[in-house]
Amino acid sequence: MTRKKLPAEKTAQIVFHVRDLTKTYRMGEVQVHALRGANMELYESEMVVLLGPSGSGKSTLLNILGGLDTATSGYVAYRDKDLTKATEQELTDYRRFHVGFVFQFYNLISSLTARENVAVVTEIAKDPMPPEDALSLVGLTDRMDHFPAQLSGGEQQRVAIARAISKNPQVLLCDEPTGALDSETGVVVLEALERINRELGTATAIITHNVDIAGMADRVIHLSNGVISEVNINKTKKSPSELHW
Amino acid sequence: MKTLDRKLWRDLWQMKGQVFAITLVIMSGVATFIMFITTMDSLDYTRNKFYRDYNFAEAFVHLRRAPESLIEKIKEVEGVRQAETRIVAQVKLDISGFNEPVNARIISIPDSGTPLLNGLYIRRGSFPDPNKDNEVIISENFAEAHNLKIGDQIAAIISGKWKKMTICGVALSPEFILLMKPEAMSPDFKRYGILWMNRKALSEAYDMDGAFNSVVLTLQPQARLSDVLRAIDNVVGKYGGFGAYGRNDQISHRLLSEEFKQLKTSSKIFPSIFIFVSAFLLNVVMSRTINTQREQIAALKAFGYNNYDIGVHYAKLVLLIIAAGLISGIACGIWFGHLLGDIYMAVYRFPFLVYILKPWVIVAAVFVSIISALAGTLHTLWRAAKQPPAEAMRPEPPAQYKVSLMEKMGLGRKITQPSKIIIRNIERKPIRTLLSVIGIALACGTMIASGFFKDAVDYMINVQFVLSQKEDMSVAFFDLTSRRAAYELKQIDGVRYVEPYRIVPVKFINGHRSYKTVIKGMEPDSRLQQLLDTNLNKVALPSSGLMLTDHLAKILKVRPGDKITVEVLEGSRATREVTVVALVKQYLGVTGYMDLSSLNRLMNTGDAISGAYLSTDLNKQEKLFREFIKTPRVSGTVVRKHEITNFYEIQAKGMLFFTFIATLMACFISFGVVYNNARIAFSERSRELSSLRVLGYTRGEISYILLGELALITFIAIPVGFALGYWLCAYLAYALASDLFRVPLVISSGTFSMAALVVLVSASVSGLIVRHKLDHLDLVEVLKTRE
Repeated sequence: MTRKKLPAEKTAQIVFHVRDLTKTYRMGEVQVHALRGANMELYESEMVVLLGPSGSGKSTLLNILGGLDTATSGYVAYRDKDLTKATEQELTDYRRFHVGFVFQFYNLISSLTARENVAVVTEIAKDPMPPEDALSLVGLTDRMDHFPAQLSGGEQQRVAIARAISKNPQVLLCDEPTGALDSETGVVVLEALERINRELGTATAIITHNVDIAGMADRVIHLSNGVISEVNINKTKKSPSELHW
Repeated sequence: MKTLDRKLWRDLWQMKGQVFAITLVIMSGVATFIMFITTMDSLDYTRNKFYRDYNFAEAFVHLRRAPESLIEKIKEVEGVRQAETRIVAQVKLDISGFNEPVNARIISIPDSGTPLLNGLYIRRGSFPDPNKDNEVIISENFAEAHNLKIGDQIAAIISGKWKKMTICGVALSPEFILLMKPEAMSPDFKRYGILWMNRKALSEAYDMDGAFNSVVLTLQPQARLSDVLRAIDNVVGKYGGFGAYGRNDQISHRLLSEEFKQLKTSSKIFPSIFIFVSAFLLNVVMSRTINTQREQIAALKAFGYNNYDIGVHYAKLVLLIIAAGLISGIACGIWFGHLLGDIYMAVYRFPFLVYILKPWVIVAAVFVSIISALAGTLHTLWRAAKQPPAEAMRPEPPAQYKVSLMEKMGLGRKITQPSKIIIRNIERKPIRTLLSVIGIALACGTMIASGFFKDAVDYMINVQFVLSQKEDMSVAFFDLTSRRAAYELKQIDGVRYVEPYRIVPVKFINGHRSYKTVIKGMEPDSRLQQLLDTNLNKVALPSSGLMLTDHLAKILKVRPGDKITVEVLEGSRATREVTVVALVKQYLGVTGYMDLSSLNRLMNTGDAISGAYLSTDLNKQEKLFREFIKTPRVSGTVVRKHEITNFYEIQAKGMLFFTFIATLMACFISFGVVYNNARIAFSERSRELSSLRVLGYTRGEISYILLGELALITFIAIPVGFALGYWLCAYLAYALASDLFRVPLVISSGTFSMAALVVLVSASVSGLIVRHKLDHLDLVEVLKTRE
């Protein structure tokens, strides 16, 4: 395995810069303090796993990083861009050109084939790779013309990954990418993510409550009760095939 | 309240937008149905009641003059129950403040007061004083048109002598519910009126002492009308009888019957459209609702609810929506029925309009709506009920899609992914797409049908009063006159050109088919009256032989070259054989045409005319009117311009009302169909669309996917709607054709554009509502939920 430079070595550029981030929202009658002053960075090319139990604020953090949600207070910057001050249109452009998303439930368009589900993104991106290349990176060359209904869960998630990386994004945000999959299929999906991170150098943040997945990250950020409680650096990364749960 | 029922109300509240749209469509269907049926029933009931209460005659005959003693012979005719003689005088009136000659018919009433037959409903005033010879009752339309009051005076020329008369009453008669001059194209309440006068006074003024010239009769219940008419004709023949006729040939009765026929046709067509659309909408909405609630259904069944409970629960949902539509539809229908009734009452004179709402109408509306709605949703209900709970609990697998036909044909290579989504969605649910297209097309077609009436009337008027008739006015004489009268007209200052005509009442007979109308004798190369062929080209009048209106030829089943029998209904009452030489295109009325000299030869009457067409100096028209008021021979004038205005005025109100209703309804349909489609597409697709938003698609781009599909369906539906509308109009033209008028199948481009516009606007409104929802998609939610 070729080894990238660790962010700890302080030579890599910062992709995300998060300071004193809070998020409060109402859920019915209840005030929920999802984030209570989170601080973190994400560096170029690194793979980070955000680990925490449900309700710890990890999804909220990812949503704000992805431009899907706005913070109540604090500061989030993508490179030099202050996301807390971005307009609706700027956030759309940000998602369109810079971020790749992978969702727990794949969110594929059922009326489009695998190839077309990737094309749906490459058509609007600035400098995308051909959908075929993206699909071959996740090992789906021979399933390109299948519709979602004809693909297994793992295959659908790999299409989602291909779709996310096809625009050559700076960051890849994955929300419980293996949450809906069994462990064997999950490993295949994680292998795809690992390969993307390694070969393309895309900064990748994976949300999970699955502690075992943390082993494949460069850094593991623990969240609890809306704050970052601990950050660990993996001295030796595991390959996905070594993971079990 | 049971918990399940509480859920029902909340479900209804949740889909309130769709419920509202469907309610509107059901309401429209029920409202139009009730409006047409109740208006027809009310008019029919009121007419029958008026006929019965005021003893409307069943047979009529006019003659030159017969001694009063003849009545006994008439009463002896088998089948006659009652007979009453009267004097009917064609007169000319001079109304102060109105500078045109006015035609009127004075009808005698017994000195003792109310007639035996065709009784009078006195709206104001009273019957004439038997001791005075100058009191008259006038018809209500006429009184209103000239603002005449009790005590006002009018002057009339009766038998060439001026007579001043005082108005003593205003009345309505079952004989003149719709008042129209026999040869006119439309009613003209200003220039034609009915006056009633005591028999003694009229017989003195009209030189009819001890004589009569009109008989009205009723028949024995089992009598055959045709036999009675023939017998009556034999009795009055030698007294100059003009041919006895029944109610079906009585002008007021006939026009009313035609109108009822029209209402009946409309009451079938329009409500059917709405009922079809509402059944379809309910089907679409219910299948979607049940699909989204499949997990709830499974849970309910897991708790022990049975199929019947589940079925009833959703059937209640359907029935509640229908109930809302029915209640509002019945209320609106009754309201519209009253409005339409009032519009008719302005033209048709009944003493009162009895609004009739027969219970079966409500029952039928309820029954048809429920049956069609349940038929539209039964399949879905059944599917919901029979689903095994375990299966229903599992999330729905991704929908099955295929590469669309269009792409297989190689047309899809260059299209973008969003466009592919649109095409595949449309192809994936072909039935739903087809029904949506039909639904919107029906809205478009309804609009076209409503605009068609105006187009058809415009066209009829153009053919009749612009292309065919070119005179400024026509002048009619009281009696058959020598051609010299035409030369005398020419001498009057202001008259530029004169063309005499003659009208002979006849009965055309071909085998067992016969038809009563007139032959119009015209100058061979008439400049003021042009006969047109079916392509609206001018047809020259042949020097001999008969030309017939195309529709009359159809009625009589004759073709050019055939010989038909002409029975003359005046004077000598001769019977002749004449060859039909050509057909004439005519939308209003049915007539025979002959060369004037040739007609006179046929009649053996020398060079006689009954009136003339004039081309006049428009600046001198008023002077001419004054001249004609004074000329004893002239019975009246018809100004072409007024005929056009009258035609529109009578038609306009009803037409405007109908167009308004139809437009409103068409808006409801297209809004209902498009909005429901949009709403369902939105709920089915919101997850995908949110995903695309997360992936960086703008609001505009995802709106394209959803609204593009609706736009595509709408654009496909519009030409289909044009075709459907054309077909609907063709059917209406066919169903409404009568010998009074044939509706030409002419639809203007304006009507097509208007129909398309209404559909596009209502589609856009629903589009905007959905767009508003799209703009507020919860992007975070979509990441967390599985479908």
